[in-house]
Amino acid sequence: MTLIDVLGTALAALASNVVRTLLTMLGIIIGIAAVITLTAASEGAQRGVGEQIRGLGSNLMFIRPGLEEADGIQLPGSGVNLFLEDSRAIEAADFEYIEAIAAQGTIGGPGDFIFAQAIYQGQNRSTMLLGTEPTYQFVRDFYVESGRFLTEVDLTKKALVVVLGGEVADELFDTEDPVGKTIRIAVGAGPISIGFNFTVIGVMERRGASANTDQDDVIIVPMPSLQARIALVRDPRGRTNIDQINIKLSDRGKADQAKEEIGQLLMALHAVDEPDFRIQTQSDILATATEVERSLQVLVVSIALISLFVGGIGIMNIMLVSVTERTREIGIRKAIGAKRMDILWQFLVESIVVTTAGGALGVLVGIAVTQIAERFAIGGDNAYAVTPLWVMVGFAVAAVTGLVAGVYPAWRASRLDPIEALRHE
Amino acid sequence: MISLHGVTKIYTVGTQRVAALNGVDLEIADGEFLSIMGPSGSGKSTLMNIIGCLDRQTEGKYILDGLDVSRLGDNQLAIIRNRRLGFVFQSFNLLPRMSAIDQVALPLLYRGASNRKKVAAAALELVGLSDRAHHKPTQLSGGEQQRVAIARALVARPSIILADEPTGALDTKTSMDVMEVFRQLNEEMQMTIAFVTHEHDVAAYTRRIVSLRDGKVVGDRPNVPVYAGRPAAPVEEKEAAP
Repeated sequence: MTLIDVLGTALAALASNVVRTLLTMLGIIIGIAAVITLTAASEGAQRGVGEQIRGLGSNLMFIRPGLEEADGIQLPGSGVNLFLEDSRAIEAADFEYIEAIAAQGTIGGPGDFIFAQAIYQGQNRSTMLLGTEPTYQFVRDFYVESGRFLTEVDLTKKALVVVLGGEVADELFDTEDPVGKTIRIAVGAGPISIGFNFTVIGVMERRGASANTDQDDVIIVPMPSLQARIALVRDPRGRTNIDQINIKLSDRGKADQAKEEIGQLLMALHAVDEPDFRIQTQSDILATATEVERSLQVLVVSIALISLFVGGIGIMNIMLVSVTERTREIGIRKAIGAKRMDILWQFLVESIVVTTAGGALGVLVGIAVTQIAERFAIGGDNAYAVTPLWVMVGFAVAAVTGLVAGVYPAWRASRLDPIEALRHE
Repeated sequence: MISLHGVTKIYTVGTQRVAALNGVDLEIADGEFLSIMGPSGSGKSTLMNIIGCLDRQTEGKYILDGLDVSRLGDNQLAIIRNRRLGFVFQSFNLLPRMSAIDQVALPLLYRGASNRKKVAAAALELVGLSDRAHHKPTQLSGGEQQRVAIARALVARPSIILADEPTGALDTKTSMDVMEVFRQLNEEMQMTIAFVTHEHDVAAYTRRIVSLRDGKVVGDRPNVPVYAGRPAAPVEEKEAAP
């Protein structure tokens, strides 16, 4: 008996009871679809995070205040110990691996209790005010699309000019050209707010939104203007608090050296023994994010595998019932010359065919589910990535499940005594 | 060529040992057409199972075509059943949901033969069922089902066809049709056919009647076959296909 004959026999048996075959497959279909969908979601999230981090600009290094992410609300200035002066000092140290440096301070970002609101002719939008320097667009690899970016002159004049993020420009101006228009920006907390008029000088290119931040939802102003007009809290020694120093390195390979040397410099400036700031490179951030995603994936995959296991038990159960139900058939087959192995293979292949077909259907269902979820934008754009790896894993697991679940029933069938089996009603 | 010497089959039921067969000696030559008769419990089904290599004797010797069957393992017995033996059962024992031609091709499948459909179609033609090749058992009458079973038994050109009360589930008219098929196979193709039956009408078709009682052969006589209620027709006269 060739494999094709065995396959033909198995297919004929499965086709003769389509409803049962489909019900048997259901567990595997659901299991594999779950594997595909969940891994696609997790893979998509991972990719999204990766893209977002890579999108920050290449060879990027960030310095942030040490207590920036302490839990709960943080008052402006409290525990913040990163200053514009630090940025200047790093610049002055003239490290050969620093290509460019840009300090930034924000108001009205996510989680900030101070709000910033942009108003133009009755349209308004809460957004984030980002004070920075002309080098920002180069360091962050994030350029102006129309009009111009900040210049040194804007800084020295503390000019009341802004560059709008794409999202803000769309919302306030719709199809109108924002460049040259005057908008009002109100900054405040609770019921108290103060407002200033700014002239729009440019609109940034669009970066797109990701899971937790929207780089297009921003208004960029010259750092000194932000400090002067909209009081950024200064510390008692007159230094200016900032949120972040962005550094572009000329050579990614120097990241560790840069971290070490800049760290030493800042510790000396702050007169501390332990860093009261954090230096992160792009790859650090990527590594942390990847780690989180990995553990998420482990969780997701184990849930999916449990559902597959349950499906496998269901198949074994049905195969056992099927052997009992077809005892007479087994007797007849043995009487006309089927060997034990023929019977064993028949039932084993049946089981494997059921699970493999179930696996294939599961893959299709999984892909369909991700497509539907994508269409209805559940979880954001490009939130799902069906990977060939997981399709193959799902398929292989389904086949192995069939093998494992089919072995015992098939063995039982092959051991049946032909005379007993023929008498069976 | 089949020869049994002192074949004994003992079943152990609880602590009791029951001899279903008690030293049976029997020779069946090629081309024979015989019936094995006996009342219920005479051991004819057990004898049938042993000749059919579905069961093994407790004692004695069974030589099939010069092969000592008692020495063979399960797989070799399966091969013997596949190549040298054909079974026809009282309850037809066709596989449900399988077309007639596939049923008939099944022994060839286990043999690994090529050309299965063609050979199976020829076998169906022999039993006069060419037009029913793609019908399933549920779409066939009892007589037709039994003829499919006969085709399945003979498709592999076995040394002997063993029929266990093949007409037991059929009415008289259909029984005669089925017996006619057997007669033709024996006369025209020199197939060896052995019936197990307790019906004298059926036994009357055969050329030799072996009687069994309490696990022993108590009678073995030649018989002048009577076909469809009249004396045997000369061999050269062709009967119309049923």
